Amino acid sequence: MEVLGDITSAVVLLLNFIVVPGLSYGSQLALGALGITLVFGILRFANFAHGDTMAFGTMIVILVTWWLQAQGINLGPLPTALLALPAGILLTVVLLVVTDRLVYRHYRRQKSAPVTFMIASIGVMFVTNGVVRFVIGPNDQRFLDGERFILRARDFKASTGLAEGLSIKVSQGLTIVIAVLLVAALFWFLQKTRTGKAMRAYSDNEDLALLSGVDPDRVVLVTWTIAAILATIAGTLYGLDKSFKPFTYLQLLLPMFAAAIVGGIGNPIGAILGGYVIAFSEVMVTYAYKKVFIYLLPQGLEPEGLVQLLSTDYKFAVSFVILVLVLLVRPTGLLRGKVL
Amino acid sequence: MNETQKTTAAFGVIALLLLIIGFAQSWNVALGILNLCLISAVMALGVNMQWGYAGLLNVGVMGFAALGGLAAVLVSQAPVAEAWRGNAGGLLLAAMCFAATVFAGIFTYRRVPVGRTRTLALAAVIIAGLFVTRFFLDPTIASIESVNPAKTGFLGGMGLPIIFSWLIGGFVAAGIAWCIGKVALGLRADYLAIATLGISEIIIAVLKNEDWLSRGVKNVTGLSRPVPYELDLQSSAWFVDLMRWWHADALAALADGARSEALKQFAIDGSSIFVKLCYTGLFASVLAIILWLSVRALNSPWGRMMRAIRDNEIAAGAMGKNVTRRHLEIFVLGSAVIGVAGAMLTTLDGQFTPTSYQPLRFTFLIWVMVIVGGSGNNAGSVLGGFLIWLVWIQAEPVGVWLMEFSTGWLAEDNALRLHLIDNAQHMRLLFMGLVLLLVLRFSPGGILPEVVRKRS
Repeated sequence: MEVLGDITSAVVLLLNFIVVPGLSYGSQLALGALGITLVFGILRFANFAHGDTMAFGTMIVILVTWWLQAQGINLGPLPTALLALPAGILLTVVLLVVTDRLVYRHYRRQKSAPVTFMIASIGVMFVTNGVVRFVIGPNDQRFLDGERFILRARDFKASTGLAEGLSIKVSQGLTIVIAVLLVAALFWFLQKTRTGKAMRAYSDNEDLALLSGVDPDRVVLVTWTIAAILATIAGTLYGLDKSFKPFTYLQLLLPMFAAAIVGGIGNPIGAILGGYVIAFSEVMVTYAYKKVFIYLLPQGLEPEGLVQLLSTDYKFAVSFVILVLVLLVRPTGLLRGKVL
Repeated sequence: MNETQKTTAAFGVIALLLLIIGFAQSWNVALGILNLCLISAVMALGVNMQWGYAGLLNVGVMGFAALGGLAAVLVSQAPVAEAWRGNAGGLLLAAMCFAATVFAGIFTYRRVPVGRTRTLALAAVIIAGLFVTRFFLDPTIASIESVNPAKTGFLGGMGLPIIFSWLIGGFVAAGIAWCIGKVALGLRADYLAIATLGISEIIIAVLKNEDWLSRGVKNVTGLSRPVPYELDLQSSAWFVDLMRWWHADALAALADGARSEALKQFAIDGSSIFVKLCYTGLFASVLAIILWLSVRALNSPWGRMMRAIRDNEIAAGAMGKNVTRRHLEIFVLGSAVIGVAGAMLTTLDGQFTPTSYQPLRFTFLIWVMVIVGGSGNNAGSVLGGFLIWLVWIQAEPVGVWLMEFSTGWLAEDNALRLHLIDNAQHMRLLFMGLVLLLVLRFSPGGILPEVVRKRS
């Protein structure tokens, strides 16, 4: 009986420290990577400004959240930020569409090389980053309110009588639910609607799509709109889960790129898969398994060290190592994205 | 205007700007900016070799600069004898295990036929090698890091004069660049960019966490200097005499009693400027050497071959040029130049702080320099290094001034006014982005575009 209890405890431990955080972080990465992959598939360049687009959208959401809180409006147990999301999305769409008009459209008409687009996106990255820091400052901002936990470790322990607790934060639950809904909506849009089909056709073969009467300007506009929606939501969810800091969002760019490329760039399903692959490997490689082994192994055999593959500081490095490996071994990604 | 006139005019403007800063703010500030301009110019030259000559998109500048900085530490710091004692064997064993793993890995990759067996065998070799290496390395590291962790806790360096690190920094960066290039250069431009960005982050992560090597986030401070210290200067007779001669007029105008006091002040101010001038001399010589070599290389048959490869890889390959080899060559050379600049920067700072390496400042800003200055043109990259660094530094005071000026109609303690003035320093990111976008749009070749010489 005790053996069974130990095994359950070990499982709960893994659920609490690996599965739940991995799922929520993976969903945030997947939403970000979807934006990158869509822009890559349709506009054909690696968008370095995506991390800062996320920061911009989140910043608007935070500002509106503060205003709502000052008005005494809230969502009860849910974070007020959800109410502010539409405003954030709207302004981010405006930002991206204006950027496209002012910057990218010119190069599209010139039929410039993807590298030129990429360098231009570095310029956009600087500008957006500057705007965000100018408006909200470079510091940490917390904007989570309402209930903090869906399931508290203490309550879990009390109701199950186990030695280990399982806690699920509201932000984690929300992230997973919203990500599932959003991805479902996106796939419905891409597969079933006329515009979605036009986008896929354009991504697949630009010339043939133009020949069939697909309006390129419209496709580009819709792509930026979707990228803005995904970026704002992903950024807000990440901010609710951890905290908002402009620099962190710039750093998120790399795991998101990694996710998009690992899954196969240009392939939406790949981006989602890549997001979870990156998130889980980051969490799993840096988790200290000592306690799990204590539960699973007979007494006297407990490991001495932390049983940690890499120290937590290498968390970000893990995603790059995977990225580099995938680039070298299978450049098309796990799900055969566009061949670059 | 022909090319020479344009270049001269552009550098004249920079000199004028520096003079204005010297007169309006102080010569100390102007020289400080000039020194960093020189270092930035060297870095920009390195990036220009890779991007301008050969079209390689290296977005890992930060990593190579940090490797140069590491070289400065490893060359100039005194060795920590206590850490070496008893640990040298462990280190050697770990290094041998690591080397054995690499060789076994290469052997497996080459000899086992392609397929699942090879993948599995390779994975097994790497994982086994990792465990064996860590088995020897972990206790050694723990023992090294436990040696007086507040002060040392690392192996120390070679105790040589720091100026050697400039050369060694270049070699370290070149060595790592060779390894990276061997694996990553087959990738297409976008992928290469993302891969190098990732690799540079890995380099920084290693420097931050491997305390036995670089003291990690505990930083290494108080690096030795290639130039005299201010305090020594102030107490040396020849320097005081120099100051007396330099400021003779001002001193003569003073009353007898105030003279020695004034002389002391002149010596304090002068020593700081003198030290900066020494640095300027050193950096300028390095820049001059590298610039001369770059110009020679670009105009040589080798340089023409590079540009031919950049403009059309397939055609160049068909003419019998070994594209892969040439790419590796230029990637290593450019990275070495960046490493030299990184070592110079750490020397100037007098400390090595891994946390200060951030991609915006060390990678993307250098890219802005190359694009704005003129990619493919050495003088252009140097100009970009000077101009962008000047703007980067001066955008802060100008931004604050602009905000104070434009919010002058608001009350002193108005929240909006305070916020704007407080955050004005972040305007420089915005400004940098705008400069990049405008140049890219309206003058894609940069201020001094590449010169294409026609055969007469």
